[in-house]
Amino acid sequence: MGSVYRARDLHFPNITKLVAVKEMINTAPDPLVRQTIVVNFEREANLLATLAHPSIPRIYDYFTQEDRSYLVLEFIHGKDLEAIINDTGGFLAEEQVLAWAIQLCDVLSFLHDHKPDPIIFRDMKPSNVMIDTDGDIKLVDFGIARTFQVGQRGTMIGTEGYSPPEQYRGEATPSADLYALGATIHHALTRRDPRMEPPFSFAERPARRINSHVSAELEAAINTALSYNPSDRYPSAEAMKEALMGVARKTGALSKVRVAPVSPAGGIKPIWSFKCEDEIRGTPQIAQGMLYVGCYDNNLYALNAGDGNFQWKYPTEGGVVSRPFVYEGNVFFGSEDQRLHVISSRSGKVLWTYYTEGPIHSSPRIAEGHVFFGSDDGFLHAVNVNSSRCAWKFDGGDKVRSTPMIANELIYVGTESGEFLAVDYRGDLKWRFHAKRAITSSPAASAQAVYVTSLDGMLYCLGALDGWAVWRFRLGKGSVSSPALVENLLIVGAADGFIYCVEVQTGREVWRFRTEHQVSSSPAVYRDAVYCGSVDGSLYCLEYRTGRLRWKFEAGAAITGSAVVFDDIVYVGATNHHIYALLA
Amino acid sequence: MLDALRRFIARLAGKSGDRATTAPLSEKQIESIVEQQESRHEIQQLVAATGQSVGKQREHNEDSVLAITATLAGMHNNVPFGLYIVADGMGGHQYGEVASNAAVRIMAGLVLRKFHSYLFAVPTQQPDDSLQEIMGEAIRDAHRTVQKDAPGSGTTVTAALVLGQQVTIGHVGDSRAYSVHPSGRIEQLTQDHSLVRRLEELGHLNKEEAATYPHRNVLIRAVGQGEAIDADVFTIPFPHGSTLMLCTDGLWGVVPDEAIYRSLVEAPNLQRACNNLVTAANIAGGPDNISVVLVQMIG
Repeated sequence: MGSVYRARDLHFPNITKLVAVKEMINTAPDPLVRQTIVVNFEREANLLATLAHPSIPRIYDYFTQEDRSYLVLEFIHGKDLEAIINDTGGFLAEEQVLAWAIQLCDVLSFLHDHKPDPIIFRDMKPSNVMIDTDGDIKLVDFGIARTFQVGQRGTMIGTEGYSPPEQYRGEATPSADLYALGATIHHALTRRDPRMEPPFSFAERPARRINSHVSAELEAAINTALSYNPSDRYPSAEAMKEALMGVARKTGALSKVRVAPVSPAGGIKPIWSFKCEDEIRGTPQIAQGMLYVGCYDNNLYALNAGDGNFQWKYPTEGGVVSRPFVYEGNVFFGSEDQRLHVISSRSGKVLWTYYTEGPIHSSPRIAEGHVFFGSDDGFLHAVNVNSSRCAWKFDGGDKVRSTPMIANELIYVGTESGEFLAVDYRGDLKWRFHAKRAITSSPAASAQAVYVTSLDGMLYCLGALDGWAVWRFRLGKGSVSSPALVENLLIVGAADGFIYCVEVQTGREVWRFRTEHQVSSSPAVYRDAVYCGSVDGSLYCLEYRTGRLRWKFEAGAAITGSAVVFDDIVYVGATNHHIYALLA
Repeated sequence: MLDALRRFIARLAGKSGDRATTAPLSEKQIESIVEQQESRHEIQQLVAATGQSVGKQREHNEDSVLAITATLAGMHNNVPFGLYIVADGMGGHQYGEVASNAAVRIMAGLVLRKFHSYLFAVPTQQPDDSLQEIMGEAIRDAHRTVQKDAPGSGTTVTAALVLGQQVTIGHVGDSRAYSVHPSGRIEQLTQDHSLVRRLEELGHLNKEEAATYPHRNVLIRAVGQGEAIDADVFTIPFPHGSTLMLCTDGLWGVVPDEAIYRSLVEAPNLQRACNNLVTAANIAGGPDNISVVLVQMIG
């Protein structure tokens, strides 16, 4: 609705005195309305000029020129609270927010006690709170700008999200300012912008659920300020200040400098572990009490899933990263020796192999009597599981390292040149989508959509039947992690070290969890938790609805493969040659 | 389907035993029967109709409505494309009509620009942005334009972008999108951004109280209002066999669901259905402007 200029006051030519000049544009088409607006503006400017409080910028002058009016006021060196919230990596410290909130109560109390009439600020929100270089607050942008919003429905004033219910009825009271202050503190503590949430929904997301460092006392104080009925709130800004001071005394917040983050229980011990002769970068498979996993010592290992006892191993001539698939008593997997191996799950004896013309990193998937997998030879292969003959192969144009996903009678697969293909059972292309960089991960699919990540840093939602991009979610960096689909949530890792949780319908972020290194592992969901490894050497167990850390297991070496959970046991391999079994 | 047929035939065969008079169908025969049932040569297309009326009690029409339907069928498989918007403007100085009109034009302009090279270029090119990004951007564009051209006013917007089998809905305010199913079920696809619905959701009002609440027309979100616009944007499969309906509160607030359904099924075509709906709202008093769009997918 106008601009704020930084200006120099030339009444003082020998020094640099900076002032802020706020410009407001009068856009009302009716000359009479325009006139009224200017009169109101001048009346408000006069009123503001009489206010003397350390948290209110001083007014030096005002004037009107044609259709623009200007207010000259004290220049504040600092940053507004919204910018501070956005620029802070984690949560702001409670004691910091508390100190600002107490100052805000002070200034609101000053305004509300104004004689003859109380002054209602009406627009308390982080962007109207400046923190100057001394760390003190200044309340900016008094209601004056509102004079210029003509023809507005009286019921729609104030910034949505911070306003109390009664403000929608056009009521402006001191109590409304306290609600908005409660909303502002809530935003500062939780980083959840209430303008992005349904109105009056603070009760549904108490501060401590989002930021566990917030004290119970402060949460209670915020809840009182945010009461739905004005009569349940603090009776005055002074009373709210008293309550906040009480919180500060009780929690010792004002004296404490910084609360150290509490790290949840460490020292998780595996049920068993087994050491291979080289790195395990792939994902194990569990079937009928056995665990099968490929290793860069060229072998496929079969272990007893219950106790980790070695059963047999089967040697190939290349590293094995492909995840084994068990089908009708046989184990199917690819190797860097360019072959698909099919061996007996019981004895580990080879039944047949199938040659491609490049190393195989993709994992096989079986449907309709055929095994589908990609190869570095650039083809998606379809091989009959009974005859071991090639039914067809589809030219992907570049290496196919992605694991095919079979859903909706289609085979979905990505290529290293960023193509994403949907091929039917006859090997005919149904549709294709082009990402900007390689698609190495495997998609998740529902009847409506497929979800896939790319090294271009996007998580894509594509129409399952036509390949149209429905939405895109920007990850911090590229990803080779395959998304896990659970209820209406997608959970996926990325090279920026985060595990993301995104809402399926809209592609909006629900939470993110930071690990210390790249996340190449694909999340595995089991009951109410998600398990995901990181190159930082840990396996994380998070509550999948909130992203809260339940525990982590430190393997001490990069985990690039994915965890598998079966019968309350999590199995995961690491680059320190070990495969671990942990209690879920 | 095939499996069900097979099971059915197996059951028949089992029951009749030796006395079977008809040989079981071979797999090939079943396949050809199934194939014949699907008519494969029909092109898939959208049909749409609109209706609008100032109503019986207002002097101005502050509603705007837009319907664009494109069929491009040829040697490559055709993808139906349609854009449908209703908008209900509000605000003094006749700015309401400016707001709703600006919103539908700005949104349609942006969407068509984004799809221009897909619809009209050879070879065709998909837009860089996703469907939801395009819808979101269109609403943000409209929001900025309304703020600039009609300051202080606002408008609801309910838009449906149909592409192939998917509908991407963009929604702000209390106009609505519905799926009217042949069974008579009327499914509301959007949630009103109104104070009354919010209060109901929070349990402060029950259904009866909500129906008579004096501030039923108070919105908590509108295009042109507030700093940032937060639109609901989501994608659903096009309701096949059903009718997609967009309308302003001049229709849904006045004509009960059963009457909406009746107007639809009793009409010989979509245009007549729209006329019936508008007439029904006017007979019921026509307290507000009325706008409606009906869309069906054929083929």
